[in-house]
Amino acid sequence: MTEVLTDTKPIRLKGRSFLALVLSPEPPFDDWLARLDDLAARSAGFFLRRPIVLDVDGLEMDGAELRGLIEQLRERHVRIMGIEGADPTLLGSDMPPAMAGGLPASDLEEPDEDAPEIESEPAAPSLMVTQPVRSGQLLTSEGDITIVGSVASGAEVIAGGSVHVYGTIRGRVVAGSMGNDAARIFCRKLEAELVAIAGYYKTSEDFEDELRGQAVQLWLENEAILGDTQG
Amino acid sequence: MGKAIVITSGKGGVGKTTSTAAIGAALAQRNEKVVVVDFDVGLRNLDLVMGAERRVVFDLINVIQGEAKLSQALIRDKRLENLFLLPASQTRDKDKLTPEGVERVITSLKKAFDWVLCDSPAGIERGPTLAMRHADAAIVVTNPEVSSVRDSDRIIGLLDAKTVKAERGEQMEKHLLLNRYDPMRAATGEMLNVDDMLEILSIPLLGIIPESTDVLRASNIGAPVTLADSRSETARAYCDAARRLSGEAVPITVPGEKRGFFGKFFGRKAA
Repeated sequence: MTEVLTDTKPIRLKGRSFLALVLSPEPPFDDWLARLDDLAARSAGFFLRRPIVLDVDGLEMDGAELRGLIEQLRERHVRIMGIEGADPTLLGSDMPPAMAGGLPASDLEEPDEDAPEIESEPAAPSLMVTQPVRSGQLLTSEGDITIVGSVASGAEVIAGGSVHVYGTIRGRVVAGSMGNDAARIFCRKLEAELVAIAGYYKTSEDFEDELRGQAVQLWLENEAILGDTQG
Repeated sequence: MGKAIVITSGKGGVGKTTSTAAIGAALAQRNEKVVVVDFDVGLRNLDLVMGAERRVVFDLINVIQGEAKLSQALIRDKRLENLFLLPASQTRDKDKLTPEGVERVITSLKKAFDWVLCDSPAGIERGPTLAMRHADAAIVVTNPEVSSVRDSDRIIGLLDAKTVKAERGEQMEKHLLLNRYDPMRAATGEMLNVDDMLEILSIPLLGIIPESTDVLRASNIGAPVTLADSRSETARAYCDAARRLSGEAVPITVPGEKRGFFGKFFGRKAA
C-alpha cells in the first residue's frame, strides 16, 4: 500500500552561503593544539558556537589520526561543521561531511586581550556629493551618502547607510540597502517619489500630510517608516 | 577661436530650433560671425525657420563623409551677411554622423566663426549626444511644465557626464532658456513658477521668452523671430538672452510683470 500524502505543500529547499572560520592544523599536531589552547586561553569563547571548517588539505594523515584530531578539538569546544581537502574514504558516517568550493574571505585577526571584539567590520566609506543629483542618475554607496543639493524626480540614491540631503528629495532614496534597519533619511524638503529603509518602502502617496514638503527625518520602527519634522 | 554652444532640451517641441535661429540672428545683428548647425538628421527644420530650404545643396553628412567641402555646404543668410547655416541631411541615415566627423566639423567651424550654435535633436540617443559632445557651453530650453523640466534635468546630467569638457574634468557652462512662458497662466497659477524651475534645475537663467504668436508667424515667413519683427516682446527677450550670452549684464524681466503707471504707485502693499 502506498502512503497518500495529504499535505501537498512542497518542502522548500534553498541554497545559502555563510561565512565560516577555517582552521588549518599543522603537524606536529600536539604543538599546534598547544598553540590553539593558548589562543583559547587569551580569549575565552573564541570558538564557542562558531561554525568551524577543518582544512586538512595537503596533510598526510590516516583515518585514525583525523578522528583523533576531531576528538581533540571537540574536547576544546571547537565544533567542526565540515572537513575540507580530506580524502573522502577517510570520512566515516559519524564524522562531519566533506566540504568543497570554499571561497577565501578576508583573514580574521587573532584577538587581543584588550579587544575581545573580533567582528567589528570597518565602516564603509561615505560618499559626499556637492552637486544636484539629476534625473536619470543613480548614486550608490555601501556607506552613508551626503548630498549638498537636491535629488531630482527620476533620480535614485541607494546607500548602505543613512542618506542626508541638504536640499529637496523629489526622486527615490533608499537607505540601509543591505538590511541596516538603523539607517535614516534626512532632507530639507520631502517631495520624494519613494523612500525605503532596509527594504521597507513608502511611496509619495503614503506620506503623512504633515511630513510632505517639510524638513524631515525618516527611520524604521516595527517594520514601518516613521518620520518627524526637523526645525 | 569661437565658442560652440549646443541648444538642447531632451523633450521635443519646446522651441530648440526657433531659439537657435532667433539667438543666432540676434548675435549676428551685433556684428558677430555666427553659424547655426542643424544636427537633426532626417527631421531637419532649421533651414525652414531660417528661410533657406530652397538653397540647400550640400549638408552636414556630406561634409562629414568628405563628399563636400565645408565652404560648399555653408549657406549665407540673405538678410545678415555674417549669419550662416549648416543644414542637416533630410534623406541620409543618421548613423553617418560619426564622433570623429562631428569633432572635425566643429573644430573647423570654431576657427572661422565667433559662435557655432548647434541645434540638437530631441531625445537622449546618438544624435543629441553627438550634438552636445564637443560643445563649450549649453543652452537648455525648457517649457514651464513638469515633463519638460524633468527631461531638462536629465539632459543637464548628461551634459555633466557625456561631454568632452566633462570628461576632462572641467565644468560645463549651462544656461537655462525658459521658453513659451505664458503670463496669463502664470498669474492664475496654472504653470510652474520661475523660482521653482530654477530651484529644480539649479543652473543660471539666460532669459524668459513669452509664449507668442509672433513665433509662428515668423517661422511661416521663414525668418528668425528676432529678424521678422525686431520690436516684438519675443524678439526683445531673445535679443536680451543673446546679450547675456556674450557676457553683458542685462537684468532679467519676467513677462507680464511690467507695471503701468498705477501699478508703480499701488504695486507694493504696505508691510
